[in-house]
Amino acid sequence: MIEVRFHGRGGQGAVTSVEICAVSAIDDGKFAQGFPSFGPERRGAPVLAFLRVSEKPIKLRSRIYEPDVIVVLDPSLLAAENPTLGLKKSGTIVINTGKSAQEIKNMFPGFRVAAIDAYSVARDELGIPIANTTMIGALVKATDIISMKSMEDSITERFGRLAQKNINACRRAYNETVII
Amino acid sequence: MNNKNKKGIEVSIALSESVKLCRFEAISAYPITPQTHIVEHLSELVAEGELAAEFITIESEHSALSACIGASAAGARTFTSTSSQGLELMHEILFIASGLRMPIVMAVANRALSAPLSIWNDHGDVMAARDAGWIQIFCENGQEAVDSIIIATRFAEDRRVLLPVMVNLDGFILSHVVEPIEFPAQESVDAFLPSYDPLYTLHPDRPLTMGAYALPELYTEARYAQENALINSKDVINEVMGEFGKKFGREYRVVESYNCEKADTVFVAMGSMNENIMTAIDELKSRGKEAGLVKIRLFRPFPSEELAEVLSGKKRIIVIDRAMPGGAMNGPVFSEISSLAKIRGLDAILSNFILGLGGRDVVPEAFIDIYNESMARTSTFVKAAKTNYRIVGVRE
Repeated sequence: MIEVRFHGRGGQGAVTSVEICAVSAIDDGKFAQGFPSFGPERRGAPVLAFLRVSEKPIKLRSRIYEPDVIVVLDPSLLAAENPTLGLKKSGTIVINTGKSAQEIKNMFPGFRVAAIDAYSVARDELGIPIANTTMIGALVKATDIISMKSMEDSITERFGRLAQKNINACRRAYNETVII
Repeated sequence: MNNKNKKGIEVSIALSESVKLCRFEAISAYPITPQTHIVEHLSELVAEGELAAEFITIESEHSALSACIGASAAGARTFTSTSSQGLELMHEILFIASGLRMPIVMAVANRALSAPLSIWNDHGDVMAARDAGWIQIFCENGQEAVDSIIIATRFAEDRRVLLPVMVNLDGFILSHVVEPIEFPAQESVDAFLPSYDPLYTLHPDRPLTMGAYALPELYTEARYAQENALINSKDVINEVMGEFGKKFGREYRVVESYNCEKADTVFVAMGSMNENIMTAIDELKSRGKEAGLVKIRLFRPFPSEELAEVLSGKKRIIVIDRAMPGGAMNGPVFSEISSLAKIRGLDAILSNFILGLGGRDVVPEAFIDIYNESMARTSTFVKAAKTNYRIVGVRE
């Protein structure tokens, strides 16, 4: 089982991300859970969302404290909290950042880093800096836990007429994410 | 294991789709966190013509259940849903629904009670409605929630039952999770669940009184008849669950057990925390220790025969409650189990742990600690303590 914790700010689509990922993983024939941190939604405040993907049925109903992967949707969160708290040894940081993968690696030595400037991808493809669909492309590239085909199908179902732009952002992140 | 026939969907939405599969004809509900997605999705299904039901919008839960009683009395298959304060605002009407023998189905997304205000999960809401004469089912996961709506609708309307049912699912912990759900085909549900054929209905052409007042000469008998119906409903519930299993391939029983054959120490619990307990049991097994889990799926009527059978011969029984006793000696589930143990002469050391209140996260490791603590106990009564239960993780 792979456990992923998403770190975002209220309104950035962290919950939507885990929902799309869980639906996609289940479409792939896997077992998955996607759920929010169950707090009152506060726009701009740090929020968490959780994703579990497994080959076997999942018998767990609690938050994720020791994730295999964290996804950081907003670079400014690094100044507000330590998203790597509890991250497993040699776990993966998937991060939206203007910095290089190496710079992030220097900040968090010992972890695998997957870096993408998701805001600039989202601005190019969607016209707005909402990075969630971009970042799930980076997650797929970094972990391979979900197929891009299922991810694109889920985005299509979720976003309707806005789907293609989001798929483009997701694909670009899949191609451009730098992993070290 | 392959998961190909399953769909990833939020449990609240899946439950609403199950309501649609059951072809409910009347819905009245007032939105309240964390039940909101259920009501929103149902109103969409009705508005878009996917569910041919009357959606009666009202200003409160008191009115919602009142409207449901009217609809049910007129012969409609009737659904509602609520949480927490909403359930308590319905409280007066709960007893009327059961007393009038209305087979209303209600999904309760369990949530803590105010004050202090909490939108998060525990079983405080449903325990306050424990003795309202409703049948009460507790769900462990989303699939159970979906299937329980279908099963509940079928036995509620059975003429041997004719009682309202609460299907309890833990708020947020189940209601807001996207997980794999297998939906039965509409034709299979139609074959399993014929349309509601009420015994009596309100109709302008055939005047009839329901719930007329009972003099002291009659009230006891009326309540006796109702109580008998509730007690006897268990056989029908067992029968319907059995038939569901044969038709749909998913087996449910009023009491279920996990790893109980080998273990002489067992947990007794309800709802979504069962999954964490099973994970803890697997972990204990890997450390060479045996523990079992007895799951109470049906809380009202209380399945005493089934529980006595599975608990008989056990040395230690660890009862988990997700609600405060409110001045009682123990949590509500423990009170039932200790009463059962005395009546049935079960010779076990009983212990009571209360946890997961107001959304406090519960991890599987908590149950390993509880197991170890229970193993060290030498009697049910703890002389040194003011109370005979322990609230796990409480800061004093």
